[in-house]
Amino acid sequence: MAIPSTFWGYRRENGRVGVRNHVVILPVDDLSNAACEAVANNIKGTMAIPHPYGRLQFGADLDLHFRTLIGTGANPNVAAVVVIGIEEQWTKRIVDAIAATGKPVTGFGIELHGDHDTIMRASKAAREYLQWASEKQRVQCELPELWVSTKCGESDTTSGCGANPTVGDAFDKLYDKGCTLVFGETSEITGGETIVAARCRDDGVRADFMRMFDRYQAMINRHKTSDLSDSQPTKGNIAGGLTTIEEKALGNIQKIGRKCVVDGVIDKAEVPTHAGLWFMDSSSAAAEMVTLCAASGFVVHFFPTGQGNVIGNPILPVIKICANPRTVRTMSEHVDVDTSGLLQREITMSEAGDKLLDMMFRTANGRLTAAEALGHREFVLTRLYESA
Amino acid sequence: MIHCVLHDPDDSVAVVVVEGVTAGTTLTGLILDEDRTITVPCVQDIPIGHKVALKDLGVGDTVIKYGVDIGKVVAPIARGAHAHVHNIKTKRW
Repeated sequence: MAIPSTFWGYRRENGRVGVRNHVVILPVDDLSNAACEAVANNIKGTMAIPHPYGRLQFGADLDLHFRTLIGTGANPNVAAVVVIGIEEQWTKRIVDAIAATGKPVTGFGIELHGDHDTIMRASKAAREYLQWASEKQRVQCELPELWVSTKCGESDTTSGCGANPTVGDAFDKLYDKGCTLVFGETSEITGGETIVAARCRDDGVRADFMRMFDRYQAMINRHKTSDLSDSQPTKGNIAGGLTTIEEKALGNIQKIGRKCVVDGVIDKAEVPTHAGLWFMDSSSAAAEMVTLCAASGFVVHFFPTGQGNVIGNPILPVIKICANPRTVRTMSEHVDVDTSGLLQREITMSEAGDKLLDMMFRTANGRLTAAEALGHREFVLTRLYESA
Repeated sequence: MIHCVLHDPDDSVAVVVVEGVTAGTTLTGLILDEDRTITVPCVQDIPIGHKVALKDLGVGDTVIKYGVDIGKVVAPIARGAHAHVHNIKTKRW
């Protein structure tokens, strides 16, 4: 397949390109969820993104909280943002950082006002933003302007021989075109770390990757109570035939294809500074990782699954790829791209990759994913340690 | 019909990719990296997604998949038998 050189996206004030046009009502903290949901209920077409954190966090954990919320608001799939927090100072910190992208954003603190007054004022702002955003038109954008992330979930053995190498084939092709790509799941590289290290651009990137890998291993060894077979692989992985973390990891890293090079590493929710393939030091839990990808500025996500993970994200379209014929049959409403033909040699790996790229362009151009149609908006913040 | 797939010709296990594989079936296995097939006699019922051993494996042997070490054998596995958590464990963690 000749890969199209353009797609239709929304060009934002800072030049980045999104493929969705959300107006988001973003809580700074758990206490502000109710007000945000009330605003989203008042102003149809806006979306609240409730979450359980934001109080008494400190240090690196607080930095990550801010980075994730700011990155979510700054993501080019978002046209405008209303931020609500219990008090004004942390609210302003998030508003100011999102405003640096040039997009419309306003914040409201609940203290000294109460929910009613806050909801009324925030609803007025949200209505203005929504009507403004609704007049935004898609424009033709160059393929390298598309940032694509990947993370797999509820993997089984068909992930490693079907769905994940499909992503790998697509990643190889997108890498050649100059796109910005990311993968992660630090614990799920266990057993394949030398393969990833060998794919790093240079010794500096390799050292950064191994430092992140070793740190994660040390964290697991500090807290583990068993060989982790109660959790990694998951019960679903084991039911699907995956036996060890090494087997799961070797399937996992099929997602980075055979050619593309790991050009750099980023910490959680950090934004890549140039095109290429990036490794993000991240949890392997699906919603945590996809939330971090959105916060890093990625606008389309490839999510291969074996046993059938149903995940979505509020702002990032999550394209599901599956090669397990039983899952494709029993959970068809969750599958965007069926590559089960790979396992019967009915299609080639390159054809499977092209099938995913075709769906990527259709999704970027506006087609809703299965997860979007089904209302899956899992937004899960990664925590590093206890609150103060 | 392809009953199972393996990645590398030296892999010691293959993944069953169809439903309803039962003991006594001669399985056709596709080597993905070489696009050629092999056969293996199946001696146990094996669910889709689960692995079949391609050779006799003894306790302490390393299990190879993707041409790489994926763990150690903790109970003997006969060629054609079901290879999973009851007879293979991680070497990590």
